[in-house]
Amino acid sequence: MKKYLLTGCEAGAEASIHAGCKFYAGYPITPQNRFPEYMSKRLPEEGGVFIQAESEISAINMVFGASVCGFRALTSSSSPGISLKQEGISYLCGCELPAVIINMNRGGPGLGDVTPSQSDYFQATRGGGHGDYRTIVYAPWTVQELYDLTYLAFDISDKYRNPVLILADGIIAQMMESIKFKRRKKRLPEKKWALTGCKGREPNSIKSLFLTPGVLERHNWRLYKKYQKIEAKEVKYEEYFCQDAEFLIVSFGTCARISYESVKILRKKGKKIGLFRPITLWPFPYKQLEKTMGKMKKIFVIEMNLGQMIDDVKIVNRKNLPIYFYGRPGGGVPTSEEISRFIQLYLVGERR
Amino acid sequence: MEVIYKKPESLKDEVTTYCPGCGHGIIHRLIGEVIDELEIREKTIGVAPVGCAVLAYNFFNFDVTESAHGRAPAVATGIKRLLPDRIVFTYQGDGDLAAIGTGEIIHAAARGENITVIFVNNAVYGMTKGQMAPTTLPGMKTTTTIEGRNIKIHGYPLKVCELLSQIDGVFYLERTAIDSVQSIIKTKSAIKKAFQNQIENKGFSLIEILSPCPVNWKMTPVQSLNYIKEVMSKYFVPGVYKNKGGE
Repeated sequence: MKKYLLTGCEAGAEASIHAGCKFYAGYPITPQNRFPEYMSKRLPEEGGVFIQAESEISAINMVFGASVCGFRALTSSSSPGISLKQEGISYLCGCELPAVIINMNRGGPGLGDVTPSQSDYFQATRGGGHGDYRTIVYAPWTVQELYDLTYLAFDISDKYRNPVLILADGIIAQMMESIKFKRRKKRLPEKKWALTGCKGREPNSIKSLFLTPGVLERHNWRLYKKYQKIEAKEVKYEEYFCQDAEFLIVSFGTCARISYESVKILRKKGKKIGLFRPITLWPFPYKQLEKTMGKMKKIFVIEMNLGQMIDDVKIVNRKNLPIYFYGRPGGGVPTSEEISRFIQLYLVGERR
Repeated sequence: MEVIYKKPESLKDEVTTYCPGCGHGIIHRLIGEVIDELEIREKTIGVAPVGCAVLAYNFFNFDVTESAHGRAPAVATGIKRLLPDRIVFTYQGDGDLAAIGTGEIIHAAARGENITVIFVNNAVYGMTKGQMAPTTLPGMKTTTTIEGRNIKIHGYPLKVCELLSQIDGVFYLERTAIDSVQSIIKTKSAIKKAFQNQIENKGFSLIEILSPCPVNWKMTPVQSLNYIKEVMSKYFVPGVYKNKGGE
């Protein structure tokens, strides 16, 4: 099969085109500028619409409009831009509209810097905008996986009528790797709820306002049931070297990829260590992680932030295992040696 | 018996939620009549604002979506670009269009989006019960300007038609009022023109309508119509502000 050498931005763009995306609106922000640049050329070639919006707020609302009329639509940005999109994401959730949003996470808070970070974990998994809602969040660790998850995201988003976030970072955005393409989607799901003009049917409306007492509460419960279904069916994770492991690293995205190398370093030294990698950050693989943690002695959480996913690890730590955190905020990227050195500090005296 | 006057097909048989003397009902009806006359009901998609008219989908008998506050022109852009043969319009109040959504309306206009914008200017935030709007007149009392709008403190009202007339992407701009039968008839023909422009792919058209809000103006319906005529129309002068089609 043919392989293509692409940056993460380009791979995400191709994935969306292959998944039948017909609309992109975005606004320039480093480190994902290649995304709108690439889409501005590729999407019109594929019969789609590219718009460089006047703001991130406008971009997400253009995506809202595209989704309202039943098209697959995408926006991409990086942290400060994703903050601006939160209002729109809340409305997409309230109105139950599908859309895919890619965040090439950079350092924050505020304007931060333009280097890779995982500092938007809370924002991605805890809502970000107002209201009682959830967004499905995928965290790829390679350019290929970014492609695969973006391609999948459109189906999942349509299936549940809920926005899907891809939480990658500046490294995955700009790094080139060779990837394989999937087959182009030809038959997309029918959307009877879409606004296309009411010819031959009763008028449709899309809304998130429910003023009649009790109606919003019912809407919230209905959303809750949908989120429960997603939690039951859409969890993704991977485990490496966990079969005989006594110590466990939990890490996602780029940091998991670096940690994977650390596991190999430590394994060479005879340490029985494994890696657990959540791929869906929401729904978080709580049950699966709890089971794997059941046979461990110590847990190491490695993130490119000051400790955010660690809260989810703590939730399932019923056995009260010691959890050690190593994080690099503000664009700091740990090396695999750095992580393995840190872990070794806490393995001193442990039996091989 | 011959029926000579009836509810437009483009309006649902729904009990109004607007206050007594409010202008929205008249404007809804005019839009309904125009859409019926142009025979575009089955291909029209409306974008409702945040504000009193958010419930527009309860009254219009065609596809309508809600949008976040001020973002209607961006939502309409997404819809119209993907469905260019459908008729897409936004219905926005002054807070929605001229305050929180200033960026969206200016850039939709600058891109020359082929959409129709119905801009209802009643100089006050209606749904939140009467705070100062971007179009509140100097001296006008609101719940956040209880001594009256002081331009030294609160700045000047925004004249949307005058502002947008400077933008190359705009095709048609007209300001009308609904303070008399005559001006209502004039408003209807302006709305019709704005929809016709879209049908003919002419580009961005906006109709600003000076509309009464008696409850928040603390006036009777008749007093508020006089206020439009005697005060509001002097500051926001009705007329055609741009017509790229000539005439």
